[in-house]
Amino acid sequence: MNLIQIAWRNFCHRALSSILTTLSLSLGVGLVVLVLSVYGVISEAFTRNASVGYNLVVGPKGSPLQLTLNSVFYLSQPIENLPYTEYLEFLSKEKRTELVDRFRGDESLKERGGRYAPFIGDGYAIPLALGDYFGEFRVVGTTPLFFEKLRHGPTLEQEFTFSIGRAFKEFSEEHSYFEAVVGSRVAKEMNVGIGDEFFPTHGDPTGHGHDLGFTIVGVMDPTGTPNDRAAFVNLEGFYLMDGHAKPLEESDTPEESEQSEAVESADVSDRVAKPDDYRLLSIAEREVTSLLVRTENIIFAPSMQNAINEGFRAQAAAPVGEINKLMGLIVGPLKNAMLIITLITCIVAAVGILVAIYNSMNDRRRDIAVMRALGARRTTVTNIIIFESLLVAVIGAVVGWVLAHAAIAAYSGTIEDQTGVQVGFLTTTGNEIWILPLVVLLALIAALLPAWSAYRTDVGSNLSD
Amino acid sequence: MTKTLEITDVTKSFPQPAGGSIQVLDIPKLVVNEGEQVALIGQSGGGKTTLLHLIAGLLSADGGSISVDGINLTKLSEQGRDRFRAHSIGYVFQTFNLLPAFTALENVRLGMTFGAGKADNQRARELLNRVGLSERENYRPGQLSVGQQQRVAIARAMAAKPRLLLADEPTANIDPKSAESVLDLIGESCRNENIALLMVTHDMQIASRFGRTDRLDEINLVVSKT
Ligand SMILES: Nc1ncnc2c1ncn2[C@@H]1O[C@H](COP(=O)(O)OP(=O)(O)OP(=O)(O)O)[C@@H](O)[C@H]1O
Ligand SMILES: [Mg+2]
Repeated sequence: MNLIQIAWRNFCHRALSSILTTLSLSLGVGLVVLVLSVYGVISEAFTRNASVGYNLVVGPKGSPLQLTLNSVFYLSQPIENLPYTEYLEFLSKEKRTELVDRFRGDESLKERGGRYAPFIGDGYAIPLALGDYFGEFRVVGTTPLFFEKLRHGPTLEQEFTFSIGRAFKEFSEEHSYFEAVVGSRVAKEMNVGIGDEFFPTHGDPTGHGHDLGFTIVGVMDPTGTPNDRAAFVNLEGFYLMDGHAKPLEESDTPEESEQSEAVESADVSDRVAKPDDYRLLSIAEREVTSLLVRTENIIFAPSMQNAINEGFRAQAAAPVGEINKLMGLIVGPLKNAMLIITLITCIVAAVGILVAIYNSMNDRRRDIAVMRALGARRTTVTNIIIFESLLVAVIGAVVGWVLAHAAIAAYSGTIEDQTGVQVGFLTTTGNEIWILPLVVLLALIAALLPAWSAYRTDVGSNLSD
Repeated sequence: MTKTLEITDVTKSFPQPAGGSIQVLDIPKLVVNEGEQVALIGQSGGGKTTLLHLIAGLLSADGGSISVDGINLTKLSEQGRDRFRAHSIGYVFQTFNLLPAFTALENVRLGMTFGAGKADNQRARELLNRVGLSERENYRPGQLSVGQQQRVAIARAMAAKPRLLLADEPTANIDPKSAESVLDLIGESCRNENIALLMVTHDMQIASRFGRTDRLDEINLVVSKT
C-alpha cells in the first residue's frame, strides 16, 4: 500500500466530511471557471464582432465608443447623422459624378474625387442609416454592398449567406425600393419569413410606425454577430419613409421638385414597379448615421483615421480598439472583482479542509501512533495527512472544473444564440491551467497545521495500551 | 546461541506532572535468545508496556543499551529506529490497534508497508489464511469479533518477518476460550517463522504456558527496591 492509497482510505473513512469539504472546494473552483469562461465568452463575442471585415467606423463627432456600440453592435441610443456629402468624400470622382447625376445634387461635387477616396482604393465605404426599429430589433438602412463586401467568422472569410432568399436589391420590379433582409434571430423571434411585410417604427421600439412597408426577401444564416439581431432595409426605401428626409433650406431645393412624393398606384400590388414611381431623395436631403470603412490596406487605416478626426464634422473609430478599451475599463475590472470573490470562496473551502482534517486529528492520533509502531516515520505520517488534503484539492478541482464545463456545455446553445460564440465542454480559457496549481497550493497551506500536529504525535501515549 | 534481544543496564524515568521525575525501569540484564519464547509477568503499573516501547524503539532509554539482532538501537537516530522497527519488530497490542479505515487484508499489508516497501499481497493472504480469516479479508475491523481482530493483528505483526515479536497482554480483552487459541496462534506462528517472542502479562495462568517465565519485579531493580 502506498501513501496515496492510505490517504484515500482515510478520505473514504470520513466520507461525509471528505465529500462535503471536496464539494465546497469544487463549488469554489466551479465559480472561478465560470467567471473565467463567461469573461472569455464576453470578450470573444465583443472583439470578434468588433470587425466584420471593416477596420473603421465613421460617424458624427462625439463618443467613439457610442459610435461603435451603435453602428457595430446596434446597441445604445441613436446618434446624430452625417450629411451625405461626407459619405461622398470616401468615393472616387466617377462614383460621385454618378451619384450626383442620379440623385440630383450640387454640380460642384462632381469636380473632384472624395478627400479620403485615395485611402479606400479597393476597399469600401458602406453607409448605414439607423434609428428605426422592427419590434425590439434595430432596422439598418444600407446598400446591397453590405452583403457583398462584409465577411464574418473566426478568420473573417465567410460571406453572409441566406438560409432562405437573397440579399435585397436597390430596386426590384416586385417590391420597388422596399426590400428587406432580416437576421436569423429577428426571423425567429418576430416569426417572419420571405414575403412578409413589416413597418419600421420610428425612434424607439414602441414608437409610431411608418406607413411604408418593407418586404422580406431574405433571411440570413446565423453569423454569431450582431447582424443576427438586425433587420436590414434598402437605404433608398429607408429615405422614402416619412421624416427620413432632411428638411431643406431654400437654397438647397432641387430643380425637379414638381414630381409628387409617391405615385398613387404604388399600392396596387400586382403592378410592375418602375424606378420613377417614387421621387428619390436629393443628395442634400440625404443623411447617413455612419459608414463602415475598409481601407485598401490596413496600414492606411491610422492615417485615414487621423485625417477624418482632424475634420470638424466626422470622427473615425477603430471598433476593435474601442471594444478593447471598454473591456479594459469596465468588463476587465468587473471580471477581476468576480475573480477575487470566487477565489475567496476557494480560500474558505481550503479553510474547510483545514478544519475537517484538524478536527479529526484526535481520532487520527491513535492511527498515526499505530503506523509509527509499524515502522512509519514521522515524515511518512505527515505526508499521509498532506496527501489527504491534496486528494480533496485535486478531486475538488476536477469536479468543479467538470461541473462548470458541463454547465457551459449545457448552455452552449443559448450562449451561441446570444453571442455567436461557440463553446463546448472542452472549451477552456488560458487562465484555467492556473486553477489546479493554485488549489493545490491552498490545500498544502491548509494541510500545514494538521500535518505539523501529525508530525508531533507522540507514539507511546497514543497506543492506548 | 544467538541473542535476539539483549538489554543491559537500561534505565527509564518519566517526568511527573507535579514536577520532578519518577523512575520506572532499571534493568541490569535481560536476554531473549533466537526463537525463544518468554513470558514476562508483572503487576499493573510495573513498567511492562514501557519496557516493550523501549525495545521497539518507540521510547528512548535514559541509559544502558538495547540490542536486537546485534543492532544497538540506543545508538540509532530516530529515523534509524523507525527503519529498525519496520524490519525487525512485530508488535501485538492489548487493544489490537487495527486501523478502522482498512480491511483485514489491508491491515496486514500495512505491516509491511513501512519497511522495504514490498507490499506482498500473496504473503498477506497467506498470513490471514494461517490465522483462519481468509474468508474475512475484506472485512473492516468493526465487522470482526475481538478474537478475530486480534488474529488480524497477529498476522499484521508477522507480516514484515520480524526477528522479535513483542506482545503486550494480547489476550486481556478476549474471552478465555478465544484467548487460548490466540496464544496458541502466537506461539505457533513464532515457532514457524523462527521469531523470538517476548510477551508481557499480569496473568499467571498465561505465563505458565511458557517454557520460560521471568518476573519483572525480579529483573527490575526499581520494583524490587519499593
Ligand atoms: N508517558 C508517560 N509519562 C509519565 N509517566 C508514564 C508515562 N508512561 C508510563 N508512565 C508511568 O510509568 C509507569 C509504568 O507504566 P506502564 O504503562 O509501563 O505500566 P504497565 O506495566 O504496562 O501497566 P499495565 O499492566 O496497567 O498496562 C506507570 O506508573 C505510569 O504512570
Ligand atoms: Mg501496559
